[in-house]
Amino acid sequence: MNKGSKLAMGIATISLLLVGCGKATSSTSSKSSSSSEALSGKVTAVGSTALQPLAAKAGANFQSKNSKVNLTVQGGGSGTGLSQVQAGAVSIGNSDIFAEEKDGIKADKLTDHKVAVVGMAPVVNKDTGVKNLKMAQLKQIFTGKITNWKEVGGKDQKIVIVNRAQGSGTRATFENAVLKGATAIKSQEQDSNGAVQKIVSSTPGAVSYLAFSYFTNKLQAVSIDNVTPTDNNVENNKWKIWSYEHMYTKGTPDKVTAAFLKYMDSKTVQDSLVKDMGYISIHDMKVTKDAKGTVTQS
Amino acid sequence: MEQTNFQLKKQDAQSNEWSARLHHATRATREDWMGRGISYLCIGVIILVVASMLWFITSKGLATFTQNHVNVWQFLTGTNWSPDTGHIGAAPMIVGSFAVTFAAAIVATPFAVGTAIFMTEISPNKGRKLLQPVIELLVGIPSVVYGFIGLAVVVPFMRHLVGGSGFGIISATFVLFVMVLPTITSMTVDSLRAVPRHYKEASLALGATRWQTVSRVILRSATPGILTAIIFGMARAFGEALAVQMVIGNAAVMPKNLISAASTLTSQLTSGIGDTIDGTLPNNALWSLALILLLMSLFFNALVRVIAKRGQLKHER
Repeated sequence: MNKGSKLAMGIATISLLLVGCGKATSSTSSKSSSSSEALSGKVTAVGSTALQPLAAKAGANFQSKNSKVNLTVQGGGSGTGLSQVQAGAVSIGNSDIFAEEKDGIKADKLTDHKVAVVGMAPVVNKDTGVKNLKMAQLKQIFTGKITNWKEVGGKDQKIVIVNRAQGSGTRATFENAVLKGATAIKSQEQDSNGAVQKIVSSTPGAVSYLAFSYFTNKLQAVSIDNVTPTDNNVENNKWKIWSYEHMYTKGTPDKVTAAFLKYMDSKTVQDSLVKDMGYISIHDMKVTKDAKGTVTQS
Repeated sequence: MEQTNFQLKKQDAQSNEWSARLHHATRATREDWMGRGISYLCIGVIILVVASMLWFITSKGLATFTQNHVNVWQFLTGTNWSPDTGHIGAAPMIVGSFAVTFAAAIVATPFAVGTAIFMTEISPNKGRKLLQPVIELLVGIPSVVYGFIGLAVVVPFMRHLVGGSGFGIISATFVLFVMVLPTITSMTVDSLRAVPRHYKEASLALGATRWQTVSRVILRSATPGILTAIIFGMARAFGEALAVQMVIGNAAVMPKNLISAASTLTSQLTSGIGDTIDGTLPNNALWSLALILLLMSLFFNALVRVIAKRGQLKHER
C-alpha cells in the first residue's frame, strides 16, 4: 500500500471517530428547555420500518409537548424490534407481526400495544393488464403454478415475482392470508416497500405486494375476488390481507413510555395522524384478529 | 583546610546537581516517552478492536454448527436457502458472490491495465491532468449512488438488451466493473511507475519498439503489482453489499445464467439481518455468511502478501 492511501485511511479513521463522537454527544444531550410538565426521561422505539414513519412523526409531536422527554425512533426491522425489546435494550419494540409468530421470542414476557392497522394488496406492473385476481390464482402465481399473465386474463407476458425478504413482517402477513401454509417459489427478494414500489412500476410483468400507503399511479393495485383494497374493506375484514402495527413493551412500561403509548392511542393521533400517513386507525376496526389469525367481530 | 572543605562541598553539590540532571529525564525524553505511549495505546486499541471483531464473528458464525447442529458440508454445498424453515444451504450465495467478483475482475482488468499504460507510458501528462482526477472521483462516489444508477440505468438497459427482468449477475457485474475499475487502475499505475527506469532504457537501446518495451518489459516486471491490484479489486467486489443488492435481484437460487436474479453473501446479509432474532437459526445462519466473508477477505490479504513476496525475489535476481 502506498503512502497516499495510508494517509487517506488514517484520515478516514479519524473522521469516522469524530463522526462517532458527534453522534454520541448529540444523542445524549437531552433538550434542556424547562417546562411545567413533570414528564421527563428517555424512550427508544426500534423496529418495523412500516411503522417507523408514524412512530417518528407521533414521537416528534409528543416531544414538542413534553420538552423534557427524549424520544428516539429507529428502524431495523420487526425482528430487531422484538429481539431488542426482549433483551431489555429498548423501551419499545415496533413490529408488524405478533410476537407469537416469531421464533425465539417469548411472547408471554412482552405486552402488546396495537397502535394502527396496515392493509396490504398485490400490485402489478401496469403493462400486465390485470386488475382483478381470484385468491386461488394469486396463490398459484406466488407458488409458481401460473407463470404467464395470459393465464389469468392479462397480456402474453412472463410473470416476474418480486418477494419481500424472508422474515419480513409484510411477507409473513401476505403469505398467511394468501398462501395459507404453501411455500412461495424462490424468486427475487427486496428488503423494503420502497424498493418493491420502484421495481414493480418499472419491470414489465412484475408482481409483488405493498402496504396501501405505497400505492402510486405508476403501478396497479389488484382487487381480489372483486373486493377492492380500501380502508373500509379492511375495517370490516372484507379485505383479508392486513396486519396490526404493534408496539411491544417488556413488563410494566415506565412512566414516560406509558404516557407515549397512551398518546399513540389517543384521538389526536388515531383520528388525524394515523389516517394522514396512510394507516388505518385502530379505533375504526370492526373486527379483531388474534395471533393465530382468527378474526372475530367486535 | 576549611576552604578546601568548602570547595569540596561546593564541588559535591555541583556534581550532585549534574548527576541529577543527567540521571533524570529531560523534557525531550519525556516527550519521547509520551509519544511512544500514545502510539502504543493506539496500536493496542486497534489490535483489541480487530481481535474482538474476529472473535465475535467467528463465535457467532460457528454457532450455526455448534448450537443448531447444521452440517458444515451441507451448509457449504446445500442449495436450499430458507432459514425460516430450517434449510440453510449457502451455495447459491457463495456461487453468486464468486461469479460477480470474477466476472467484474475479468471485465475490469483489461480496461484498467490499458488506462494505466496510457497514464504512465503513452501520455503521462494528459494522464496526470485528465485521468487521475477522473479516477479519484470514481473512488469517491458512495456505493449507494452506484447502486441507484445501476437500478435506474443498467437494469432497464440489460432488460432491453438481453431480456428477462434485467436483475441478475450481468447487471451486478456491470456495476461492480465501474466500482473496481479505479482501484485496479490506480494500483496498476503505481506498480508501472515503480518499474526501474533503466529497464525501459535498456530495452529501447536494444532496439525494441515502444509496444515491445511496454508489453514485454514493463508489464512483465510489473506483473506482481498488477496481480495485487486485481486482487484488491476483487476484494472490494466481494465485499460490496449495497450496490450489488440493488441490482442483482436477491433470489436465493443457484444462478442458472447471467440474466436471472441471483444473490450474494452480502446482499443476503443486508436484506435479512433486520428480520431475524438473536440466537435463532436464521440469525446464526447470517453470521455464518459473515464468517465466510471474513475468511475470504483474510484469504485475499494472504494472497496479496504471497504475491508481493514472490515479486520481491524476482526483482533481486
